[in-house]
Amino acid sequence: MTDKKKPVSQVLGIGQIEPEVSGSSRLNVGSTERIWSAAGGAFLLTFGLRQGSLLTALAGGYLAYRGASGHCPISERIGRNTAEAENQVPDAIEISKSLTINRPREEVYKYWRQLENLPRFMFHLKEVTQIDPRRSHWVAKLADTKLASVLGKVEWEARIIEEVENERLVWKSVEGARIDNAGEVRFVDSPDGEGTEIHAVIHYRPPVGQLGGAIMKLFNPTFKQMIKQDLRRFKQLMETGEIATIKGQTSGRLKENQPLDKPSSEYASTDEKHEGLML
Amino acid sequence: MKALCYNGIGDLRTERVPDPAILNPKDAIIRVKLSSVCGSDLHLLNGYVPSMREGDIIGHEFMGEVVEVGSEVKKLRKGDRVVVGSIIGCGECHYCKSQEWSLCDNSNPHAWMPEKVYGDATAGIFGYSHAFGGYAGSHAEFIRVPFADHGAFVIPENITDESAVFVSDAVPTGFMAADMANIRPGSVVAVWGCGGVGQMAIQSAFLLGASRVIAIDREPERLRTAREISGAEVLDFSQVNIQEALREMTGGRGPDSCIDAVGMEAVSEGLDYYYDKAKQFVRLETDRPIVLREAIVACRKGGTVSIVGVYGGLIDAVPMGAAMNKALTFRMGQQHSQKYIPQLLEHLQSGKLDPSFLLTHRMTLDQGMLGYDMFNKKQTMRVVFEPAA
Ligand SMILES: NC(=O)c1ccc[n+]([C@@H]2O[C@H](COP(=O)([O-])OP(=O)(O)OC[C@H]3O[C@@H](n4cnc5c(N)ncnc54)[C@H](O)[C@@H]3O)[C@@H](O)[C@H]2O)c1
Ligand SMILES: [Zn+2]
Ligand SMILES: [Zn+2]
Repeated sequence: MTDKKKPVSQVLGIGQIEPEVSGSSRLNVGSTERIWSAAGGAFLLTFGLRQGSLLTALAGGYLAYRGASGHCPISERIGRNTAEAENQVPDAIEISKSLTINRPREEVYKYWRQLENLPRFMFHLKEVTQIDPRRSHWVAKLADTKLASVLGKVEWEARIIEEVENERLVWKSVEGARIDNAGEVRFVDSPDGEGTEIHAVIHYRPPVGQLGGAIMKLFNPTFKQMIKQDLRRFKQLMETGEIATIKGQTSGRLKENQPLDKPSSEYASTDEKHEGLML
Repeated sequence: MKALCYNGIGDLRTERVPDPAILNPKDAIIRVKLSSVCGSDLHLLNGYVPSMREGDIIGHEFMGEVVEVGSEVKKLRKGDRVVVGSIIGCGECHYCKSQEWSLCDNSNPHAWMPEKVYGDATAGIFGYSHAFGGYAGSHAEFIRVPFADHGAFVIPENITDESAVFVSDAVPTGFMAADMANIRPGSVVAVWGCGGVGQMAIQSAFLLGASRVIAIDREPERLRTAREISGAEVLDFSQVNIQEALREMTGGRGPDSCIDAVGMEAVSEGLDYYYDKAKQFVRLETDRPIVLREAIVACRKGGTVSIVGVYGGLIDAVPMGAAMNKALTFRMGQQHSQKYIPQLLEHLQSGKLDPSFLLTHRMTLDQGMLGYDMFNKKQTMRVVFEPAA
């Protein structure tokens, strides 16, 4: 769709950094097995997301990942390799998102640079630990389930390859990451001088194979949405000190007991009555 | 506690639900004393605003008493008697700081939903669908109020509960309509819709210097109120040709300012009503812009059209040529409660504004469906619920 358009990184002139080729960009699941994994996984993922079941979605995501990527962390652990030996390197996919935070640049940068803070607004992260000024260790958040125990810990290491205080951070995942990724975050004064524009560009290498590419395209909007939500929560936290939520609020979906008598109504019979969603 | 919940189009039920709890440090819990119906609720109930879910507690115009405050609430105290603006604003983002509270960047937890269709997300609103945050509304014994220091205002002692409740929504919306209308001393203002919002727009227009206000509706009782209490000249659109009448009443010029206080569910006696209704039914159009079209054509050259009647989606056959060539100014928006409430409380104190006449029926939550039936049929100006009763 938008494939033929220039990537935003070129428009902004930032984040033109390529991720490593390692981890998932290598193959160890054979093609037949991959197609089944991918198809079944994609189904479970969609189904799980629709049902709002994180577990199903996660299981689906794992299968789809394994199918799409041709890289099975479990096979890798037991030294199983069903891949036909061909070595292609897929093109990196780009996600970019900018927004403006109504706080001074130094403050915004400082909070972000303290990488341990990231899981406070990046809800898919469990923890980030700074190993030394350049290297950090990242652990993804998985539901505490059987599936999670099969998957093991999803973790990776990243390295800051360029840092200009209060201005920019460039990173790359270190060899062996589940999904090779690289990116840049830039901090710029907003034109009115009161806030900070934050521009994030992330590249990740889709797991190899044609199917991989196709399926990753399906996932891409979801990833993009996730990054967007992350940045939005970051903004909320920086500006207001809290993250807006209705999680845990009361509603008629949490009835304490049976509904009271339903009053009889002529209202429901108005000629306006037709089902809801219109936009 | 008891709460009035949406259960589908035209179906409200009073149910027992858990009490609300503080979820964020800047939240407060308010014991609701009075909670009013509003024309916007009708858009939800009649199915014109998407993303309502079964079980959502509705209601967004209310006052009450603070019973609990979060750890970061600095100004409010337990026991304060407060009126709360319908629109939730964080107080810290660029928009809140510029007094454009209904454009708040941070108060809508479902920002991604409107972003898809509007290109951007606007503020959360109590009890007003998930696209506007999904916050539980005020037709309940208690309500959770986020960013409470910004949204809840202590009511001065000499203002009654029955007046204060409308400072939540009808008064600031009507006032903003007049404020956006570029009214100068001597201006002639036309107001479409004589519901609570229209009545407050009429009174605010006079307050801001209008010499004459012409109010338009077809409900006899509402027209009577507009004339006798709010002081407007009135036109019944079921009896007269509005275009002709407005032009003749203004010496052939047309009104300087035209206020739309009706919005997407406008009705009319003409063919255009059936045209829009049919299109709306097959979803080619989501809103019926009958009043908007009328206002654009009626407005004098170089005049202002101020829109507070709510539109949700797409409209059709808007006379853009007339608007462009007559060099009209358009202003519109959901009300910026927090910007207006302090000055409006002063106007109530000094007696310049008194919205208490809007309360025409007082009911218990158990009578919720009945109340909305009457309101939908315009048999009452505003029903106000007393959750404790
Ligand atoms: N912008 C905001 O923040 C805000 C806040 C509150 C309400 N609103 C909106 O303001 C509008 C009015 O609210 P309300 O509570 O007064 O509603 P209401 O339903 O009580 O009143 C609407 C009135 O418009 C009249 N009307 C219908 N078609 C008309 C026409 N063609 N010409 C003239 N009058 C016509 C109806 O007879 C009715 O009296 C609604 O759209 C509501 O959603 C906006
Ligand atoms: Zn309202
Ligand atoms: Zn805000």
